[in-house]
Amino acid sequence: MRKLIYIYSVLMLSCSLTFAQQTPADKQTQAITITGATIHVGDGTVIEQGTVVFENGKITAVGDSNSNITAKGNVIDASGKHIYPGFIGANTNLGLVEVDAVNASNDQVEMGSMIPHVRSLIAYNAESKVVESMRPNGILTAQVSPNGGRISGTSSIMQLDAWNWEDAVLKADDGIHLNWPSSFTRGRWWLGEPPGLKPNSNYGSQVNDVVNFVKESKAYLKGKRTTKNMPFEAMEGLFDGSQKLYVHVNDEKGITDAVNFAVENGMKMVVIGGYQAYTVTGLLKSNNIPVLLDHTHSLPANEDQDYDLPYKNPKLLADAGVLVGIHTGNNSNFQTRNLPFYAGQVVGQGMGKEDALKLITSNIAKILGIDNQLGTIEVGKNATLFVSEGDALDMKGNQLTHAFIDGRAISLETHQTELWKRYHNKYQGQ
Amino acid sequence: MIKKYLILMMLLCTFSLMAQEHVPKNDGVKSINTNYTVFTNAKIYVTPTQVIDKGTLLIHNGKVVATGTTVNIPVNAVVIDVSGKSIYPSFIDLYSSFGVEKPKRQNGGSRYDANREGFYWNDHIRPEQNAVDYFEYDSKTATALRKAGFGVVNTHLQDGIMRGTGALVALTNEGGNGERILNDRSADYLSLSKSVKTSQSYPSSLMGTLALIRQVHHDADWYAKGGITIKDRSLEAFNKNKGIVKIIAAGSKINALRVDKVGDEFNTQYVILGGGDEYERIKDIKATNASFILPLNFPKAYDVEDTFAASVLDLSTMREWNQRPSNPKALADNGITFSFTVDGLKSPDMLNANIMKAIEYGLDKTKALEALTTVPAQILGQPNKIGSLKNGAYANFLITSGELFNKGTKIYENWVKGERNVINDMTVKDIDGDYAFTMAGTTYDISISGSSSKPKADVKSNGKQLGAKITYKDNWVNLTFTSTDTTKQEFMRFTSRVNQGDNLSGKLIDPNGNSVFVVAQKASNDDGKGNEMTKRGGKAKDVKMVPVTYPNGAYGVSQLPKQETVLFKNATVWSNESDGILKNTDVLIKEGKIAKIGTNLSNRNATVVDATGKHLTAGIIDEHSHLAAASINEGGQNSSAEVTIEDVLDPEDIGIYRNLAGGVTSIQILHGSANPIGGRSAIIKLKWGESADGLINKNAPKFIKFALGENVKQSRSQNGTRFPRTRMGVEQLFIDNFTRAKEYDAKKKNGQPFRYDLEMETLAEILNGERFISCHSYVQSEINMMMKVAERFGFKMNTFTHILEGYKVADIMKEHGVGASTFSDWWAYKYEVNDAIPYNASIMHNVGITTAINSDDGEMSRRLNQEAAKTMKYGGVSEEDAWKMVTLNPAKLLHIDNRVGSIKVGKDADVVLWSDNPLSVYAKAEKTMIEGATYFDIEKDKQMRLKIKQERSELMSMMLQEKNKGMKTQPIKVKEKQLLHCDSMD
Repeated sequence: MRKLIYIYSVLMLSCSLTFAQQTPADKQTQAITITGATIHVGDGTVIEQGTVVFENGKITAVGDSNSNITAKGNVIDASGKHIYPGFIGANTNLGLVEVDAVNASNDQVEMGSMIPHVRSLIAYNAESKVVESMRPNGILTAQVSPNGGRISGTSSIMQLDAWNWEDAVLKADDGIHLNWPSSFTRGRWWLGEPPGLKPNSNYGSQVNDVVNFVKESKAYLKGKRTTKNMPFEAMEGLFDGSQKLYVHVNDEKGITDAVNFAVENGMKMVVIGGYQAYTVTGLLKSNNIPVLLDHTHSLPANEDQDYDLPYKNPKLLADAGVLVGIHTGNNSNFQTRNLPFYAGQVVGQGMGKEDALKLITSNIAKILGIDNQLGTIEVGKNATLFVSEGDALDMKGNQLTHAFIDGRAISLETHQTELWKRYHNKYQGQ
Repeated sequence: MIKKYLILMMLLCTFSLMAQEHVPKNDGVKSINTNYTVFTNAKIYVTPTQVIDKGTLLIHNGKVVATGTTVNIPVNAVVIDVSGKSIYPSFIDLYSSFGVEKPKRQNGGSRYDANREGFYWNDHIRPEQNAVDYFEYDSKTATALRKAGFGVVNTHLQDGIMRGTGALVALTNEGGNGERILNDRSADYLSLSKSVKTSQSYPSSLMGTLALIRQVHHDADWYAKGGITIKDRSLEAFNKNKGIVKIIAAGSKINALRVDKVGDEFNTQYVILGGGDEYERIKDIKATNASFILPLNFPKAYDVEDTFAASVLDLSTMREWNQRPSNPKALADNGITFSFTVDGLKSPDMLNANIMKAIEYGLDKTKALEALTTVPAQILGQPNKIGSLKNGAYANFLITSGELFNKGTKIYENWVKGERNVINDMTVKDIDGDYAFTMAGTTYDISISGSSSKPKADVKSNGKQLGAKITYKDNWVNLTFTSTDTTKQEFMRFTSRVNQGDNLSGKLIDPNGNSVFVVAQKASNDDGKGNEMTKRGGKAKDVKMVPVTYPNGAYGVSQLPKQETVLFKNATVWSNESDGILKNTDVLIKEGKIAKIGTNLSNRNATVVDATGKHLTAGIIDEHSHLAAASINEGGQNSSAEVTIEDVLDPEDIGIYRNLAGGVTSIQILHGSANPIGGRSAIIKLKWGESADGLINKNAPKFIKFALGENVKQSRSQNGTRFPRTRMGVEQLFIDNFTRAKEYDAKKKNGQPFRYDLEMETLAEILNGERFISCHSYVQSEINMMMKVAERFGFKMNTFTHILEGYKVADIMKEHGVGASTFSDWWAYKYEVNDAIPYNASIMHNVGITTAINSDDGEMSRRLNQEAAKTMKYGGVSEEDAWKMVTLNPAKLLHIDNRVGSIKVGKDADVVLWSDNPLSVYAKAEKTMIEGATYFDIEKDKQMRLKIKQERSELMSMMLQEKNKGMKTQPIKVKEKQLLHCDSMD
């Protein structure tokens, strides 16, 4: 405990000497070597007493004390500390919404039903105070998704330390988001209908609308395309395999229908939400469909369900061999910073810590198709990683001392830490 | 069909019509019929328990003159021989809207003021309404009610919280309302639903409704004393109605308990319209001493063929289908007085089938009959006039083919005030039964049912089903059926005159036009209705009913956990006392208390729990929760100090169980933040399985919720008309209210007469230091303001809850002496949390403020241990201090730290055993105890999961069987329990 307090004093002191924290870091010019740390690779393995070297934004060496890695450039002694690959927030609204209740600050829902041509990166606010608050918790990359209508638009993947959306983007237009029709509807009590859920009688026709839109798109794309149709044009990447189809769906029936739909149309599909995916793991596995589960800090959907179903849901999928990650779900934007703890929660359910780590690193990188750059601490990958005082999946230990995006030493300060210091100092003086 | 009956009845009725001597007659001579009518050889139920075999019933002028075996029959009597038939008093329904049209809903946005003048200030209080002023006889509904067996109903205007008087109406077609209305102030009705004639927003919640009912009592009293100088017709009516029976539509067991409590406060015993779920809390229901009016709308089975849809069906909902028919029996077994109503049924027709269902579930037939006759008569104070056939009672009776509530028993006639109404013609011969004849070597089997009302025929030949149609009228049967050659569209026609004998004989015409005389022999198996009644007594059929639990759904318990003597061995004990965190320590729990803490403890009677490697802590306390309540906000007024969450506790919220699984043992359920002065809190312990009253922590002091900022000034509503709209106005509202409360209190203390005001009473308690405030607050300006207002009126703020900018004014807070209860890391959800920082708790803590971490959220509350750990991450709070933020500190803020919040000898044994360091995200609560009783156990939870799975499939297969039997089913629906937050407008 004394140690923690000491660390705090040091942090405070060091913080008060820095300035302009929100300014994006400069490009990596000098090699950086971090030594003596426990490296959580992100693929399920751990390297004790490890060393990482990165140059020009890429990792050039990783190994333990026996691997004779030569320290280069700026050497950071991280003895007793932990190194993690940067956590990846999938399906977030980061940068699209600043304050939930202030409509003027909200850009996540465009009007219209089938609007795949709408692109999230355009509205991404690189200087969002919410975005910067992700970094001190280890979230260094995020997929930013729109979420209105039936086909909501196109998402992009951003790194979270940038001047504007152009230098923020890591992978532009990575996929299209589809809100699968729900099997249940809510009674419109204001029209005198009984409240609560009942089977959606329009489910079939709503699914048909999606199926028809895809058919129309395909027909259009085979044609001469002399009269441009923007929504149909935007669908092309789904058919040539360059984009993924993110299907937001939670129930067993919907997931089954959506998988069949995607397979029939030859699209690379990802389930987002997937609350009941654990009931159809066979189908998901045989079709290689990964699942991005809603975060674990949620309540069971029904009274009868196990109180810890949301806690163990990722484990149920992982045990069945389905590729699974966790995302913030429909939680408020700012909650994305709790991503590591969503993963930590699964450890209490019997998943190994390193496997839980995969849920927010390598698995997500694979699911989003950026695993050639991110997700693990391996040679050749982007030097997007951080150093923590303790176990970063646990609130008690998640305490970042350094973080790097593409080798750039980014600031861990935020609007919030500034206020903290301001008032901390006020009372220190009293 | 109905039309036919109407004509028939009108013809039959004329002879009983009574001419009145003061009414002139211009369409003929005044003819007064003074004849008697006498029924002989009947089994007469004078009351359900006083039965005369082969008796005589003599009626005259619409009343019973005599019943018995030796009745003198006057010479001018029309004699009706009803040998073999039974006579019962006709039924009474106490909860009806017969002839009183339901008002249409008024459109228009919500408003804060009443739209009436000269009445009570609240439009939903309408005791001045009298059903008789709205009554218009509805002959169609009357016919349907008589068909079901009813003779009189107590009708009322079903609109408003106080609805005014009802009228007791006889269902006679003739004679006009003068004849029909037996009593125009027969009962005084109340409900928990608002009037649709107004859009006045108060009360917007159930707790507001209950508070309003109380305030009306006080205001009526004040009015009677002359304290109100203007005319108030509502209060006048309320006072006038005082002496008559009060019937309140509660609609559920839990509401029944709620309204009964309010009634008790004013020495009023309500008669309660129940919900059919009373059996789930039968002991508490009995303790109300109330009489109940029970609906009989038993749920239909759910259609569970679609496995996806069925998966969302809750056990509690399925149990309703399985168990609800047992409700009347449960009341009967517990000696609770009840009557039946057809309210809630699609049609009164369903009464008989549903009562028969209740009888299958073990309800005694006599009880069922009493519930329709003597009991409602008694409730209305008219036992000698209705509900029986005692001398002098109205001649309201049924003539039936046999014992009521037996399969096949028919009501032939329903006489109301001596007026005859034919339901099924008893002179028409019953030809129900199985017949057979052979023609040209082919045997035809005919089965006829429903012959006296809606005849149906089923024709088979050698087991092959043939299409068939039957008519039966004026003693002639016409039966058409298809020929055995189903490839052709050919018909056979059979016509028979019904004679004395059992067989049907007549002409049969085949498809070729050939006509033959055939005799259809009636099968001899005596399946007659006569025997049916002896075959089925009031004995329970083989009904499979799943057991009731508390609460009656998943994870409910069949028995409340008992206090145990438990010895935790070798635990890491987080004492929260000066001892700090004790390693390898034993803790003995005995008689609900922490008895001993030490090493090498032993106790012969104790169950020993090996806690090696585990952590034992005090139970978590959530200062700010909205679980376990039916409503959270009363936003209909800018001050709602009159409402209390204790009125609307919901002990069945599954959130209670889930919170126990997260190590939570105590919570404060706060009113929401819809208005600056909110409602009073409930401080409860999470005793899953208890009744609402059993949850309340009786040792906790009184609290109230205040709120500041965006929510109370209705920032997100475009067209708000409620004061205040700015933070400037919020201050003025407090000053106004406390100024008035001070004046009120002074008046009271000086012994001057005063209007008892629930709001002012509550605020005066604050001024007198008898009630504490927990104030929802965000930005520094308003926090500062609130403390200044308190100081001006000489009291101290107890807690600022949320308090996200508390770090900016921590020094001022410290000086004022207020505590803080905050979120660990919430922000960015609205404008006023722009400067909310996760370091808030640590800064306030470091300044020396008693700081707690709260949830305001039914999900986060079950992980408050993790939220506490975030204060280590954000601001470096020590482990011990972090843990206190969800245990000892909230206990201090709630002033219950003398009993809970730490592991100290003598304190309540509210403890949790954790698998790991409780501040770790990896820790799981394995055992949660409250006062020495185990309310959550991770091993028991596993067993319950298995049981739930079994019972679900058992009930589903029962429902599938029901569907296969051809019974009607209903589509799946899921009741959603809304997760309530500060902002929830409920």
